Amino acid sequence: MKEQLEAIQAEALERISQTEDMKELQDIKVAYLGKKGSLTGVLRGMGKLSKEERPVVGEIANKVREVITTAFDGKSEKLEMARLEQQLEAEAIDVTLPGRPVKVGGPHLLTSIVEELEDLFIGMGYEVREGPEVETDFFNFEALNLPKDHPARDMQDTFYITNELLLRTHTSPVQARTMREYKGEKPVKMICPGKVYRRDTDDATHSHQFTQIEGLYVDKNVRMSDLKGTLDTFAKKMFGEEREIRLRPSFFPFTEPSVEMDISCKVCNGAGCNVCKGTGWIEILGGGMVHPKVLEMGGYDPEVYSGFAFGMGPERIAMLKYGVNDIRQFYTNDIRFLKQYHKA
Amino acid sequence: MLVSYNWLKNYVDLGNLTPEELAEKITKSGIEIEGVEYVAEKSTDVVVGYVMSCEQHPNADKLNLCQVDVGDQQLQIICGAPNIAEGQKVAVAKPGAVLPGNFKIKKVKLRGIESNGMICSLKELGIEEKYIPTDIADGIFVFPEDVTVGENVDELLNLNDAVLELDILPNRADALSMLGVAYEVGAILDQQVNLPDEAVTITKDNAAENYISVEVEAADLNPYYGAFIIRDVEIKASPLWMRNYLMAAGIRPINNVVDITNYVLLEYGQPLHAFDYDKFESEKVLVRRAANGETMVTLDDQERTLSEKNLVITNGKEPVALAGVMGGANTEVTAETKNVLLEAAYFNSKSVRGTVKQTGLRSESSTRFEKGIDPNRVKKAGTRACLLMQQFAGGKVAAGAAEFDELDRTENVVEVNLEQINKRLGTEMTAEDVASILKRLKFDFNQGGSLFSVQVPTRRGDITIFEDMLEEVARIYGYDNLPFTLPQGAGLAGALTIRQSLKRKVKNYIEGTGLMEAMTYSLTDEVDIKRLISPEISEHKSTPVALSLPMSEEHKYLRLSILPEILQVLSYNSARNQTNLGYYEVGSIFVSDEPTVTKQPDEKLRLSGALTGKWLEQPWQQEKKDVDFYIVKGIVEGLFDYLKLTVSFRQAKIADMHPGRCAVLEMSGQTIGFIGQLHPILAKELDLKETFVFDVNLEIVFAAYDSIPSYTLIPKYPSVARDIAFILDEDVNAGDVKELIEEIGAPLVNRVDIFDVYQGANLEEGKKSIAYSLLYQHPEKTLKDDEVEESYQKIVASVNEKFNSYVRS
Ligand SMILES: [Zn+2]
Repeated sequence: MKEQLEAIQAEALERISQTEDMKELQDIKVAYLGKKGSLTGVLRGMGKLSKEERPVVGEIANKVREVITTAFDGKSEKLEMARLEQQLEAEAIDVTLPGRPVKVGGPHLLTSIVEELEDLFIGMGYEVREGPEVETDFFNFEALNLPKDHPARDMQDTFYITNELLLRTHTSPVQARTMREYKGEKPVKMICPGKVYRRDTDDATHSHQFTQIEGLYVDKNVRMSDLKGTLDTFAKKMFGEEREIRLRPSFFPFTEPSVEMDISCKVCNGAGCNVCKGTGWIEILGGGMVHPKVLEMGGYDPEVYSGFAFGMGPERIAMLKYGVNDIRQFYTNDIRFLKQYHKA
Repeated sequence: MLVSYNWLKNYVDLGNLTPEELAEKITKSGIEIEGVEYVAEKSTDVVVGYVMSCEQHPNADKLNLCQVDVGDQQLQIICGAPNIAEGQKVAVAKPGAVLPGNFKIKKVKLRGIESNGMICSLKELGIEEKYIPTDIADGIFVFPEDVTVGENVDELLNLNDAVLELDILPNRADALSMLGVAYEVGAILDQQVNLPDEAVTITKDNAAENYISVEVEAADLNPYYGAFIIRDVEIKASPLWMRNYLMAAGIRPINNVVDITNYVLLEYGQPLHAFDYDKFESEKVLVRRAANGETMVTLDDQERTLSEKNLVITNGKEPVALAGVMGGANTEVTAETKNVLLEAAYFNSKSVRGTVKQTGLRSESSTRFEKGIDPNRVKKAGTRACLLMQQFAGGKVAAGAAEFDELDRTENVVEVNLEQINKRLGTEMTAEDVASILKRLKFDFNQGGSLFSVQVPTRRGDITIFEDMLEEVARIYGYDNLPFTLPQGAGLAGALTIRQSLKRKVKNYIEGTGLMEAMTYSLTDEVDIKRLISPEISEHKSTPVALSLPMSEEHKYLRLSILPEILQVLSYNSARNQTNLGYYEVGSIFVSDEPTVTKQPDEKLRLSGALTGKWLEQPWQQEKKDVDFYIVKGIVEGLFDYLKLTVSFRQAKIADMHPGRCAVLEMSGQTIGFIGQLHPILAKELDLKETFVFDVNLEIVFAAYDSIPSYTLIPKYPSVARDIAFILDEDVNAGDVKELIEEIGAPLVNRVDIFDVYQGANLEEGKKSIAYSLLYQHPEKTLKDDEVEESYQKIVASVNEKFNSYVRS
């Protein structure tokens, strides 16, 4: 009987290894291990064996069943894997076809620059303040040390609505308003971005509407060296760590001393090129120490408080940073122009 | 201000500095140099030649055959200039010479005769045409007799001189003169300033007062008037050096008397005016305000009608000059002039500015009066001009001047102390540093330890307070030498306000839906000011805010809607074959409720957008889809969902919108904008295909926004979904049915969605089917089947009753 069992095992293993078909494999399993299977048949004949022989043969028979079952499971899994693989192969798609389009819009280049500047100055402790675009003559000019008939008013040719109302020519009136709101009682540290307007004929370098960001810091003991350090930090963050700044004396009615800030030209690294007109420097912004009359009109005692202010044009920054060569491009909103500057 | 480098050298030692190096130093110290230009492009081998003979070319009427001595040789040159003549000294480009524009001079044959070189005009030598005296505009230049034959012309004609273009800001009127620039450069380079000669020889027995008297009726506008008399002048060309300097400074030479007034104007910054004394027709200068309607003819032959705002110089009867702006034609200096009445006066800047604004006449003179002149230089300039007329016009100068003089010549005194300077600048200067800077500036001062009392010369009228002096000290010390520091004050926290960050969120959301941000003009025209105004604005009697003096019709009014501007953007792009477009803008509109605007208008923030063309451009999996009402509505609904605000849409008719495809947005019963399709007529006018717009009043939205959303429990009891489809008349609004379902289903029905709308086959004409999906959920218990069923039946009955519908099986 032992020989008989071993023969069944050999034959079953042989057939399992030969087959490549799941159905046939199932049949094989039934043929050996099923109710009418040959192993079952042999075991049924065990009753004829002696008491001593029975456990020995029983043990052999169980082993044979185990071997066949293991072989069957192994083969079954292998065939199943092969089938799945075949099925997945058949499900192959053309991965080179385009994806389902998702529309992506984006901000205007000027917004990107304004927000970058806002975030930069927020990081340095500035708050962002806004104010009306239609201003009074008082806040746009007089509160900034530009009385009526001041020759410097010519520097900013103005759109008037009435004798007293105008389109603001700079965002500085927001500074004047903020100082008055703070009543000379606490430090002012703010930037004010926004639209401004001047009587200019639109061309490649002039626009009757443009944007501006101005900053103001008023506190006790503010020094001109603080302005220089602040502008240096700004320039390096905005234009790159390797940029250098220089300050030149200038004139604005609302600051004294006044400065103009240049940064070293990125194109030629200061050697002189077309972009910087051979000087190695590019003018970025104007600023200075707040004029005592402006402090006074804002409610701050110039004997106690001092401050600095600065202002810049996002259009100009965009033109320098991205090589935009015509200011009108910001306002025609050509889709091809706007899309160029979108990136995460 | 154009500053000739060679001219400047007469007043201050420039050492070995090149014009470019000098320009850099001036720029860094306070006056921006916009450029350095040369009087002429370089030329070689052009020398003075003597025209020994000049005959007509045998074969050409208009050409002359000249024999010219150029020192080392004699050249036969053919010349076509009309003013060539024997005995002249002229500029000769020898064969081999190179003229500006890389023009090489070769030996040539002209009409059969050899020509060895060229006799040059100033233009051919590279001088800008507009500065060349008009009498030789078409001819060659003729030197004075005293020049040496064979000498190179570069130096004689100042051709190699560099001209620095100074950008003078309003505070530095002092630098509108060569002397002012000399003081500036002297301070920068720590050099002395050499002042010009004013030592005129006078005819002792003959005072100016014997010829003229001066009366001023408007001392407030004209505190000083000096009248000088120069007799027996000979009108001719001014000396070559003077003509050279004038041309370099951008002024065309005319004759000696006029050139001298211009030369002194540039040298001292003091405008002067020369009258022909014999045409003056009186012995009295009367300065007064013009009478309203009084007229005069100015030097440019224009008749000007004057008003009492204009200050005029008169001969006691009629005007002979518009004070500080332009002389009159009746007293003009001409070639026949013999006796000159020279005016050196101080005119108030406001008065001159007024006249300039009114007449549009802006000149070198008026610019200086407008910006303010040095009271201490007025009379000196007159004397200097007299000296030059004596030297170069052969004039006899009468003694003194007939004067009116109420001019204040007091110098400002400004106190500064060292500690204050260092504290404000962040520097560590010493008292010696400050003293040395003040000396370089040529400011007199008294020093008591660290305290300085500075006497500011009147040429620097801009310096009146400590801060002005601080700037002087700082710029001569060098802005480059200031340290870099950061503010020491207590740290302040910076952050966006809720409104500011909300604005950013709204923009980010809209961009996420595929729209591009536009930035358009706030000023608009007659047509667009009336278009696409949201009902809550237009119902409010808004007055358009107009500019009092617009520059163009295009930009005249402050907008009442952003949409017309965005539509222009769509038009612009679609004209450039960009047809699938979506733009938005967040910006202000300007609303005034006054019939005539006197107060600042309300600036209301709005979100507006417009879309046209394909929504999805290249979807290979699905049908290409045009933008439609529901895409735009989805964007707007998404925004309110994002902000956790409830908005509803109500069918409405708005001008310029499609009458059947337009809805107003409402929040708590208040209109806050609209969406819909642009009226096809307007779309066609703008060359646009079907276009959809939205417009939202962000002021109301932001006011309703709650930055801290209220907390609601996430329901823990199971929900039950029920679907229901109604067959309705086609004009029933899906939203109305939905509202009723919500009303009847409350509080068990927690959400209603529309998942299918069908019209067509299998349905009667005029009917449509709308399928709703209802979600039943109770916050505190599991709903029983019969509770759901009861509510469901109630809903069906109510809808059918109200809308005359039935349930689709
Ligand atoms: Zn460069």
